[in-house]
Amino acid sequence: MSLTDLAVETTPVATSTAAGPELVQLLTPEGERVSHPDYDINLSDEEYRGLYRDLVLVRRIDIEATALQRQGELGIWAALLGQEAAQVGSGRALRDQDFAFPTYREHGVAWCRGVDPLRLLGLFRGVDNGGWDPQDKRFHLYTIVIGSQTLHATGYAMGISKDGAVGSGDDSKDEAVIAYFGDGASSQGDVNEAFVWASVYNAPLVFFCQNNQWGISTPTANQTRIPLYQRARGFGFPGVRVDGNDVLATYAVTRKALDDARSGQGPTLVEAFTYRMGAHTTSDDPTRYRLATELEAWKLKDPLERMKAFLYKQQIVDSGYFESVENDANELAARIRKGCLEMADPSPMTMFDHVYDETTPLLEQQRDAFGSYLAGFAEGSH
Amino acid sequence: MAQLTMAKALNEGLRKTMEDDPKVLVMGEDVGKLGGVFRVTDALQKDFGEDRVIDTPLAESGIIGTAIGLAMRGYRPVCEIQFDGFVYPAYDQIVSQLAKMHARSQGMVKMPITIRIPFGGGIGAVEHHSESPEAYFAHTAGLKVVACSNPIDAYFMIQQAVRSDDPIVFFEPKRRYWEKADVDTSITPDSLWSARVVRPGTDATLLAYGPMVKTCLDAAAAAEEDGRNLEVLDLRSLSPLDYPTVFESVRRTKRLVIVHEAPSFVGLGTEITARVQEELYYEMEAPVLRVTGFDTPYPPSRIEEEYLPDLDRVLHAVDRSLNY
Repeated sequence: MSLTDLAVETTPVATSTAAGPELVQLLTPEGERVSHPDYDINLSDEEYRGLYRDLVLVRRIDIEATALQRQGELGIWAALLGQEAAQVGSGRALRDQDFAFPTYREHGVAWCRGVDPLRLLGLFRGVDNGGWDPQDKRFHLYTIVIGSQTLHATGYAMGISKDGAVGSGDDSKDEAVIAYFGDGASSQGDVNEAFVWASVYNAPLVFFCQNNQWGISTPTANQTRIPLYQRARGFGFPGVRVDGNDVLATYAVTRKALDDARSGQGPTLVEAFTYRMGAHTTSDDPTRYRLATELEAWKLKDPLERMKAFLYKQQIVDSGYFESVENDANELAARIRKGCLEMADPSPMTMFDHVYDETTPLLEQQRDAFGSYLAGFAEGSH
Repeated sequence: MAQLTMAKALNEGLRKTMEDDPKVLVMGEDVGKLGGVFRVTDALQKDFGEDRVIDTPLAESGIIGTAIGLAMRGYRPVCEIQFDGFVYPAYDQIVSQLAKMHARSQGMVKMPITIRIPFGGGIGAVEHHSESPEAYFAHTAGLKVVACSNPIDAYFMIQQAVRSDDPIVFFEPKRRYWEKADVDTSITPDSLWSARVVRPGTDATLLAYGPMVKTCLDAAAAAEEDGRNLEVLDLRSLSPLDYPTVFESVRRTKRLVIVHEAPSFVGLGTEITARVQEELYYEMEAPVLRVTGFDTPYPPSRIEEEYLPDLDRVLHAVDRSLNY
């Protein structure tokens, strides 16, 4: 059963592995390259290899972080396992000048934007709330409350229009924004308000929804009675469903949507149809609410395996390539592990920093009082 | 020097900031062609264009959420929430996003956003049009909260708020919008964060902000006929709170009556009372008293005058304080 069929069912049915005929796909789960009339890309061998390398490294970051959480080094981790292609495909479609607004699971996009994975671990370890410079990376801080960032992205995109940085025809200057969110957040008021605003103001924005089928234990069927991408139509802009486990299709569809945004054609909703292979977070137990058979079915659609098969079939890699990618992944994992273990706790006094741009006398008094209190322990007066 | 209503003074102040800084935007429901339901943004869209004075969709979370994105892009949005009771759809964006952005980004992302909210009762309105939600925002770290009480302050405080790089919730006492004063725009205003003694006195301090400042001034004038010399203090900034000025006043008068329209329980008066007893424990001649709205939903307008602190209730509290 496809999700399309759910629209006429009286009883919502749990998640499906079938995305329906509207799915844009350029690479089958078996690694066969297929064409699509509206979305095609012609990448160099080097670019194909680069995308696979991204997929492998991003998965490795995720696996290492999950292990570090299990060993007590992170408080929690939100795994992206299974969503690598959706994130790398869309992340690599961005131009340098574009701006991304992520949720808390966009580790693959962060990688594409050049954010050190250690900064992500810092958030989940609890030493800070991210710590990278959003302007520098053109990648906003993770937003934990689902959907809030879609409005920020819309406002930012409105600002681009006000600055005249859209529709000039100069690809190196025109800008676009991408807002990430999930199937669960699609029910949020903020996401729907963002759809209204982006549409009304023709904002240069791509709404990128990773439909990974589950919001913790809530299946997508509890969020919608029609395929999510079709919601765009009611708001007055195009929607497209892409195979989120196909890095090439995700890249092609996102690039087209970003090009449209930059050229002044307004927003697009991209629904990347994918699957959360792991738990919602390390605190979750998916065996309580979903069937193992579903997971097995999605394993056959694995985003890395199909790209690997494609590279073999194209004969554009040799065994040395895979070995070098594996070595890079090992090196990255070791660096992350070392960096995480070395990550020091911040001073308690830093919680008073940056509450305001212009601090207040009361807050300074509180800081001083707490500082004296702490200093008392050092002097042994308590 | 021109005689201006508070609404016009706010309008002139906004106009000045828009002239001075091209990044200042005004956004909200009906703020453009209509000029706002209270006409505070009257003619701004005509003079500054639809790109800078934005008639938004009717979605408060959208107003604040997109303002956050515009601020990240380098703009300086002034958002109007049409009425106090309409701010709650935006509460999540204000409290969870706007207030925390500077801290969570370690100071890398500034949020120079002003949220204007007409607040308080006394205009005979229907539900959700007469509330005093200031404590919700004063309780939230990362926000600053101010309230003007007269046209002169309105003119300067709105400009100071818009120029601040911190997010500010700016409360406007809607029932005072039409009161007039001579506004000398050439003077140097007090700091936005300072409280002000608007009537010096010796026998007790009446502490108020926004719409209740005039009520307290009227009460002090009436008390004078009975030979009582009351000081009236206009708090102006609710967060941060200018305690040195409050303490200085109460240290002299030794009696404090706090007046606000908002309900009593865990209101601004609660916090001020706690701090005053901590600072002036041995100097007070009477406990701090509060005259406030009741701990009920704002009532239907035919009985709102019973809900709102008025001259008699204020003087009743002064009697209790002086007779303690």
